[in-house]
Amino acid sequence: MEKWEDNRAWFLVLPVFVIVAFSAIIPLMTVVNYSLQDIFGPGNAVFVGTEWYKEMLTDKRLHDALARQFLFSGLVLLIEIPLGILIALAMPKKGWGVSASLVILAIPLLIPWNVIGTIWIIFTRPDIGLFGVGINSLNLLDVPFDHTARPSYAWITLMAMEVWHWTPLVALLCYAGLRAIPEAYYQAAKIDGASKWAVFLYIQLPKMRGVLTIAVLLRWMDSFLIYAEPFALTGGGPGNSTTFLSIYLVKLATGQFDLGPAAAFSLIYFLIVLLFSFIFYQALLNVGKGEKAS
Amino acid sequence: MRLDWMYWTVPSAIFFSAIFLMICGMLAWEIISPTVERTGFLKIPTTRGTRFFIGLLGTAYIHLAWIGLSDWNLWFAMPIAVAWIIIVMRWG
Repeated sequence: MEKWEDNRAWFLVLPVFVIVAFSAIIPLMTVVNYSLQDIFGPGNAVFVGTEWYKEMLTDKRLHDALARQFLFSGLVLLIEIPLGILIALAMPKKGWGVSASLVILAIPLLIPWNVIGTIWIIFTRPDIGLFGVGINSLNLLDVPFDHTARPSYAWITLMAMEVWHWTPLVALLCYAGLRAIPEAYYQAAKIDGASKWAVFLYIQLPKMRGVLTIAVLLRWMDSFLIYAEPFALTGGGPGNSTTFLSIYLVKLATGQFDLGPAAAFSLIYFLIVLLFSFIFYQALLNVGKGEKAS
Repeated sequence: MRLDWMYWTVPSAIFFSAIFLMICGMLAWEIISPTVERTGFLKIPTTRGTRFFIGLLGTAYIHLAWIGLSDWNLWFAMPIAVAWIIIVMRWG
């Protein structure tokens, strides 16, 4: 019997295609058009070819912002992933403590991003903030703590805020991964007399590989695109010390209204994000495939 | 439909038409002979569509690197990019 294929299902995908076309493809095309022209005003544009790309690719401020972005995202992963695993391991496994710790962990995730920036501004203010006043009253620092005064203080505040905001996500994912490990594994480890470290290394960590990959992916991408929190907290300052890619882009596009360079920058930014998304997506697809073979 | 606000230029119109035609070509190729997943020198299982995506992404990076690192004419980057796409599509 000849196989009969019904392709009518494609029509069901059509609405999504139309939405994506209007929300992503058409704006992207417009950005490409902008990046090739110098736009002086409505209806007044001059074709400049790849000039803006040249300007952006050799722009020292963009290189610095990119370096800061990589440093920030790298630090985020280095701190949040191990810390998330530690919290998940320390969380209670039964009783009322489970619900209590889940609720406490979920609170930072539920607060709007720009509100988080405002909370941390108040928390670290040297005149009224609990943290700012507290650390300054100890007289440990040669320059009083003020996140608007020193790049190092701004970075510390920003990292603390980021870790406070997003480590719970990593912890929740790891906790879900840990809860999915069957009790038989632990019993076998106990019979063999395995140490806590061996149980972690050979049972818990391999079994958490899937959720950890998702956690790394989410945290890398989110921290790479971060805007609202540093914008609310430091506005990119002091100087340019916390100006990440998205903050610099918005400064260019809406602050100085340099649409051409901002468009070229957006496309370069887009390509970087696309490359990393693809690499992580591939890693995610292939995770656990080696496990079956062994 | 007015498209003034999109500020179309001839080069960008050619660029998007070329991409669109390539995607249509890939679709036709897929209907005529469906792709089989395999692993090439990229060391990841890829279908024809994946290799096409990697090829296109690579050409974008090749052109950007050319603009950023050299002052030569951008057209010289074109053969390198085409060679890259062919290599990835055939052996990737």
